[in-house]
Amino acid sequence: MDPSVIHRIHFAFTVTYHYLFPQLTMGLALLIVVLKSLGIRGSEIYNDAARFWARIFGINFVMGVVTGIPMEFQFGTNWSEFSRLTGGIIGQPLAMEGVFSFFLESAFLGLFLFGEKRLSKWGHWWAAFLVFLGSWISGFFIIVTDAWMQHPVAYRLLPDGRFQLTSFSGLLLNPWALLQYAHNMSGAVITAAFVMAATGAFYVLENKFPEYGRAFLRVGVNVGLIFSILQIFPTGDLQGRYMAHVQPVTVAGMEALFKTEKGAPIVLLGQPNPQTRQIDNPIIFNGVLSYLIYGTTAAEVKGLNEFPQDLWPDNIPLLFYAYHIMAGLGTWFVLVMAVAAILLWRKKLFQSRWALWPLLLSFPLPYIANTAGWMTAEVGRQPWLVYGLLRTSAGYSKYVTVANGLFTLLGFMGLYTVLSVLFIVLVYREIERGPQIASGKPVQSGTALTVAQE
Amino acid sequence: MGTIWFWIVAAMLAAYVVLDGFDIGAGVIHLFLAKTNEERQLIIRAIGPVWDGNEVWLLAGGGTLYFAFPLLYASAFSGFYLPLMIVLWLLIWRALGIELRMHVGTRVWRDFFDGCFALASVLLAVFYGAALGNVLRGVPLGPDGFFFLPLWTNWRVAPNPGILDWYTVIGGVVALVALAVHGALYIAVKTEGPLHDRAVRTARWLWPVLILVTAVSLLATIAIRPSTLRNYTNYPVAFLIPVIVVVSLLGIFVFSRSGRERLAFLSSCSYLTFMLVGAAVALYPVLLPSATDPARDITIERALSGSYALSVGLIWWGCGIAIAIGYFVFIYRMFAGKVNRTSGVYEH
Repeated sequence: MDPSVIHRIHFAFTVTYHYLFPQLTMGLALLIVVLKSLGIRGSEIYNDAARFWARIFGINFVMGVVTGIPMEFQFGTNWSEFSRLTGGIIGQPLAMEGVFSFFLESAFLGLFLFGEKRLSKWGHWWAAFLVFLGSWISGFFIIVTDAWMQHPVAYRLLPDGRFQLTSFSGLLLNPWALLQYAHNMSGAVITAAFVMAATGAFYVLENKFPEYGRAFLRVGVNVGLIFSILQIFPTGDLQGRYMAHVQPVTVAGMEALFKTEKGAPIVLLGQPNPQTRQIDNPIIFNGVLSYLIYGTTAAEVKGLNEFPQDLWPDNIPLLFYAYHIMAGLGTWFVLVMAVAAILLWRKKLFQSRWALWPLLLSFPLPYIANTAGWMTAEVGRQPWLVYGLLRTSAGYSKYVTVANGLFTLLGFMGLYTVLSVLFIVLVYREIERGPQIASGKPVQSGTALTVAQE
Repeated sequence: MGTIWFWIVAAMLAAYVVLDGFDIGAGVIHLFLAKTNEERQLIIRAIGPVWDGNEVWLLAGGGTLYFAFPLLYASAFSGFYLPLMIVLWLLIWRALGIELRMHVGTRVWRDFFDGCFALASVLLAVFYGAALGNVLRGVPLGPDGFFFLPLWTNWRVAPNPGILDWYTVIGGVVALVALAVHGALYIAVKTEGPLHDRAVRTARWLWPVLILVTAVSLLATIAIRPSTLRNYTNYPVAFLIPVIVVVSLLGIFVFSRSGRERLAFLSSCSYLTFMLVGAAVALYPVLLPSATDPARDITIERALSGSYALSVGLIWWGCGIAIAIGYFVFIYRMFAGKVNRTSGVYEH
């Protein structure tokens, strides 16, 4: 086996699993601030709701922390050559993430979870807000890191192959980073909004804690609709156009556009066939891709044939599917949230079981869409680690053998299977017990992060 | 500039050892210390609000190391591949042990996660000590500055050592005992009643062991790597460091006898800090010594990032850490005082 394959799978597996948790916590942090703000005006239901979601947040946060530490280590353990060459640049945002975000987040999460009775109403609101701020700062620095790999800026390449930073503000204000950050954070809010709305739908359908279910639905659907729209326009749209500008071969790969075309079509469904260089069983709309990128259906879009094959993303079918899954689900999110929102505003949602069911069943989809979106970005970046400058095949740890890589990959797979089981049990129990325990009798008490406030 | 960043990284890692050290230490001894479920719960409560923040020092320190010394980060992390991965797994199990024990009210569930917490804490302490031992002993660096070490070979320090050999195992034992004392003193500060008394007794009982292993480790270090004394003989003022270590050890003894746990705990903080400072002085200006050829040492100069990035870094690091220390002072004040059966329980 080519050793770079095992290191790629190693990183892809651990980061994909890791990001299941932060996408919820980053979005939920915002929603908890919303709930606290509603609660501060006096409605105790929203305060209970905030406590309930804080418990869910705590479980997800701990999962995010324990699966996140391996990410920072893996730059060095599995991608040491890449780290040696680029550390002077991307070490910067990674170190800043620790210093500016993790300290903030961890300090105020403890205060937020345990400190409600020690703080005033506003004091506790600020603790929630600072947890939100910390998690969003963290997201920013990670995006800056990834954006530099996607679209390197503000660097100087030394004769020995190492990269040096030339502009700090250039690194942090990388246009790719700003666009990707907006798109990514909006995606995180969608995950949280769908989880909250689905929990609300479950409680209402089950007629269990229905007043809380209705509160969850109100917040989840309103926020979910706003961010589902923002996800497509302007954030997704802008990022797609920018990508067509700086990574045209990636965009051609995402659409599996093998030949340059005027009035290039968008493919709804199909299976790209790199051998015959066409799409099998296509369902297409002519001119739409040209329109999306250039604003006119007649514009010419560069196909893969314009680029030497060793610059093509190395897995066109996966890239194509990832992108289409993301875009297709994004469309579904607007649809389902728009229907729910209209019913909500007309005060019919809570009786419309037919509309609650799709909300309930849709909660896994934002996880899939966020994952597919990241796969589009990262598979699309191939065959490069640093776009156009450093190939993936030149970045892995040469002294870590395939056997060692496989050993630890299997270890992570086993461990994360255990984590998944525990996670599902714990979240299920919280949802089963519901939001009311906070105001009822104190249940068994403890003060680890995940069991606060019981 | 390189020297500044050397001490910045050293200070962050020392902060990690001192802070996360007490909750790892609490894990090391809690099965012996706490006899009942309530007492174990108290120990978790004593570290519950802070363990995660303490662990951030590892991440922030690691990130800063990556940023300031990319070659060191790349070489050490890939060369210590297996032990680092094991450390990651242990960190995961430990966090689960702390966080999950209270979630299900059955004894089997609790005991399982108590066991995870204890075992992972013990192994982490040993691995951290052994890691420091590896750095002091040196590793077989190639001409390109990279290496790969197996977990163990023949348990000798030369010519082809593993992660674990007799010397690094001594380092592991020192870390285990030192963190056990550290954790016991923290528990003593945070609790009252029989649990508190047992914590103080444990610290006192471990104290002579700590003296012994500390002395053995210092002698062993000088024996396998005489050049660690170079900075000390060139700048005799550095001998103040071992003096402070000895004073700190005495402080642990005196203060824990006279019931001033807080001072005893601070003495233990000082002991850990100055052991690490002593090791850093012994290494400087080398970051990772070669076991075979000093010309292959990874030095500050060789591993240092570009000067522009480091100058900018100095500014944000200064601001960021000042703010972070502010958080820590604030949070530790919020949760100051002894934990008892009702602390932290939500009251509506």
